[in-house]
Amino acid sequence: MRSFLLLARLVVTVLAIGLLSLLRPSEGLAQEGLQPLLQEYQAEIAKPSRSTVESVLDALMAADRPGTAEFLLRWQDRGVYERPDDGLFFYAEEGGDALRLIDIDSGAAVAEVSSREVNQIRPNSGVRGVIAAALVPFELNAPEPARRAVALDAIARSGEASQIDPLSRSIETETDPVLKERKERLLTLLTAQFASALPYRLAAIEGLSGDTSIEARGVLNQLTTRSPGVGTALPEGANMARVLEVGTDISEVEAYDRLVAANLAPPRQSATDRRDVLAQHIVDGAVGGVPLHLLNTDAARTRAYEALEAEGAVPPRAAEDEVARAVAAHAFYEVYTEPNAEVTTAAEDALATTSRALGLYQTLDLVLDGLSLASIFFLAAIGLAITFGVMGVINMAHGEFIMMGAYTGYVVQLFIPDYTVSLIVALPLAFVVTFGAGVAMERLVIRHLYTRPLETLLATFGISIALQQLAKNIFGTQARPLTAPDWLSGALTLNDIVSISNIRVAIFVLALIFLTLLLFILKRTRLGLEVRAVTQNPGMAASMGIDPDRINMLTFGLGSGIAGIAGVAIGLYAQVTSEMGANYIVQSFMTVVVGGVGNVWGTLAGASMIGFLQKGIEWFNPSNTLAAQTYMVLFVILFIQFRPKGIVALKGRAAGD
Amino acid sequence: MSKPEIAPRKRFLAENPSVLWFLGCLALFTLGVTVLSEGFGLAILSTSMVKILGMTLCLCLIAVAMDVVWGYCGILSLGHFAFFGLGGYAVGMWLMYARTEGIVISSLSGAPIPPTQGEIENAIATQIFGVVGSNELPWLWGFAHSLTLQLMMVVLVPGLLALVFGWLAFRSRVTGVYLSILTQAMTLALSLYLFQNDTGLRGNNGLSGLQNIPGLDHLPQSTLSLWFFWASALALGLGYLLFAWLVSGKFGSVIRAIRDNEARVRFLGYDVESYKLVIFTLTAVVSAIAGALYYPQAGIINPAEIAPIASIYLAVWVAIGGRGRLYGAVIGAAVVSLASSWFTGGGALNINLGIYTINWTDWWLVLLGLGFVAVTLFFPRGIGGLFDMIVRKP
Repeated sequence: MRSFLLLARLVVTVLAIGLLSLLRPSEGLAQEGLQPLLQEYQAEIAKPSRSTVESVLDALMAADRPGTAEFLLRWQDRGVYERPDDGLFFYAEEGGDALRLIDIDSGAAVAEVSSREVNQIRPNSGVRGVIAAALVPFELNAPEPARRAVALDAIARSGEASQIDPLSRSIETETDPVLKERKERLLTLLTAQFASALPYRLAAIEGLSGDTSIEARGVLNQLTTRSPGVGTALPEGANMARVLEVGTDISEVEAYDRLVAANLAPPRQSATDRRDVLAQHIVDGAVGGVPLHLLNTDAARTRAYEALEAEGAVPPRAAEDEVARAVAAHAFYEVYTEPNAEVTTAAEDALATTSRALGLYQTLDLVLDGLSLASIFFLAAIGLAITFGVMGVINMAHGEFIMMGAYTGYVVQLFIPDYTVSLIVALPLAFVVTFGAGVAMERLVIRHLYTRPLETLLATFGISIALQQLAKNIFGTQARPLTAPDWLSGALTLNDIVSISNIRVAIFVLALIFLTLLLFILKRTRLGLEVRAVTQNPGMAASMGIDPDRINMLTFGLGSGIAGIAGVAIGLYAQVTSEMGANYIVQSFMTVVVGGVGNVWGTLAGASMIGFLQKGIEWFNPSNTLAAQTYMVLFVILFIQFRPKGIVALKGRAAGD
Repeated sequence: MSKPEIAPRKRFLAENPSVLWFLGCLALFTLGVTVLSEGFGLAILSTSMVKILGMTLCLCLIAVAMDVVWGYCGILSLGHFAFFGLGGYAVGMWLMYARTEGIVISSLSGAPIPPTQGEIENAIATQIFGVVGSNELPWLWGFAHSLTLQLMMVVLVPGLLALVFGWLAFRSRVTGVYLSILTQAMTLALSLYLFQNDTGLRGNNGLSGLQNIPGLDHLPQSTLSLWFFWASALALGLGYLLFAWLVSGKFGSVIRAIRDNEARVRFLGYDVESYKLVIFTLTAVVSAIAGALYYPQAGIINPAEIAPIASIYLAVWVAIGGRGRLYGAVIGAAVVSLASSWFTGGGALNINLGIYTINWTDWWLVLLGLGFVAVTLFFPRGIGGLFDMIVRKP
């Protein structure tokens, strides 16, 4: 029964195809719709494969019947069904258990069938890719902007010469200004790459000069791709990029390696190879007449090999003079892959302009990087500058106050899940916590050590290791996250080269706020006046009715509190660990010392210098941050030799000792 | 001619009975450890314990050096552990090179054709530097084949570094806290430099396998550990004697005067910078020698050993032991470092408080930190100060 059905199907199909092929010559009928055209390629459409799909697509495009685009879209989306009985294609709608078949040309529902009665056509992903590429010209004019954008993405990924025409035609009808601009850009890129008319192409290439986007640079770089070549003479008619001078542009060893790679010369024999060859020719405890125990020098091995060579037992090897002769007899050059010299010249010119613009932007980027690093150093060091600079107290636990601030932020986030709110809570709370810790430390320890500054260093170091270990005991050794709210997680992007993350901008702003705030407190408030008085002459200040104890306590608290806020800021982009403070402490000290002690401006200068310098050194050797830090520290050591009091040195009695 | 040389020496020992006391204690201690050791005696002390004691003696030596430069001369150097590490690296280079050379030669001896010098060197370089992705011997290792040259490096490299650094720093009158920070920066720079893989000292892998002494493979570690223990004890004794002699005479008076009032000493016509430079360099060299003895017992050295915190710990030991007295430094270093390894090694029993158990491996650093604050605040003379009380009270 079943085989009979199959047979019947076959007969029907054959008949249908036969009928269609009869109809094919008739133009009038074919004009009527898409279905007849599809039936011409019935098999290829029903069982699409990478090898056949291209020719089908070409034919469909060439005929350009109405509904082609929609059909391609549905075909790609597995929305086309084949009815085995007659081989016709339908779209379908789900309707309960049944499928409602829709005629391709008329769009009318023609039948309801169960899904068993029709075959869904399922192109594989390779085929779908090809169909999608063919759809691009259609999609460029699609009514929805999102689809147009997707099509543009596809062109940007894999541009082709054939896309130039549809793209330029679609520009006129484009209504969205953003998409229009993108289309024009892509058109320029495509024209520069593929246009057959030289003047257009050159103009497009020139239009790319100074364009620092990755796409534009990619196109220009592709146009100026060079491939190395070697031969007895320079090739005629090739678009020569440059001829390499052996010795200046290319070393002799490299040149000979190229000859070997091009099969123009025998390979050089390595020392290992020679040893192995010699080992194969040991006769009576000697090789080529040289006794084995003497073969522990290169000279003896050469002698043995040459003796073997003379006997004809081993192949001759490339000696030094042969290498030199072979290199001299050949020309080494680079040719452009692009055959047209005008194009490559224009592209090289455009690239040169671009690289100037690029240099400018990179410098700008470097400056931004330096600025953000400087703000971090400033934030980390400003609290220290107050305690160390104003009070002459070295606080080795300053880094631990930074850590305490960061952990405060972390704990707040545990209780307040909203990151924005928790940040707003964490900043003042971190200040309060570290202010308290600072005041406690000043009252309990530092107060007793004002006359012994070196011992403050040691006592605060003791506190530092105790605090660090306490944090480890409480929070564990693994890093804790301090998550930034969404509005801080993005980046400000100027173009492909210059961008800066929002967190760094925020840190910069925070640093500015602190600078202003501190300057205001120190210069414009009663507290600041008293702090400056105690700094300059504690005895005299005390006799004027200022309580130095209170001032010292408040100053120390203020410095510590700022460290806590800096900790929250640093924790937002670095990880919160018990050792995070220790990473900043030496840098902070250097910032304060380089800048000049006892001066907010000095700290700013020190932080800027260290930040910019470190970024500058990193720029020379971007892969190695450690080296940059090493040279930075060396520079600081040397700098202090020449300006022992820092950039902004206090003068007169205030400098004290 | 020889009379004036002997005369002050007698006076020196007679005037400083503490030196004799110390040397006697050290000799007794050495004898005791030898008798109890696994290599020569009753096998009560394990080999690793002998090593720990030997290493502690080396730490005592660098603490004595630190005491001279800080307690006597007032320079709080936070960089002496860098010199210690450099000494260790210098010796470690020879140990590692010579040992690898032995391994390479024995593995190449089976080849049909004897290896050339170049092949041996290549194989050594690949063995040592394969871990940092290199197969060439860096220029730094130019002397590594020779023990004599490398031992000279132990003294010369840290000595020169201290000389140049000290000259630069003292010449521009960097003093007090600034000098501390500057020396700390030097230490940081050095450890960062060594942490890089391409600087020729195996980056953060450091040098390892240093406990195997080339040419002495037939001796068990128990014997070797004792040899190093004796060498460390001898070095500590000699170093102590040298520094005790140095700080007892006129020279010692000048450097103590520099500590107390540098400007006044300068106005009296002394060349303060030269005195400081001599002390700084000499202590650096002694620290390097201590390091050269320490690391073959530790077996491994890496840049983390040189990190700034190590030098601060050194200052902590000296402060706890008591500055300005050499035996104080020895006591501080020995007590703190042995207590450290006792507490962190699980030697101390955990205290159960019912709701919380105090685990000493976690709480030891808290105790040390707070204890250190307490010592700085209440016993500025350190443990050594107790001796004063015993000697002077009656």
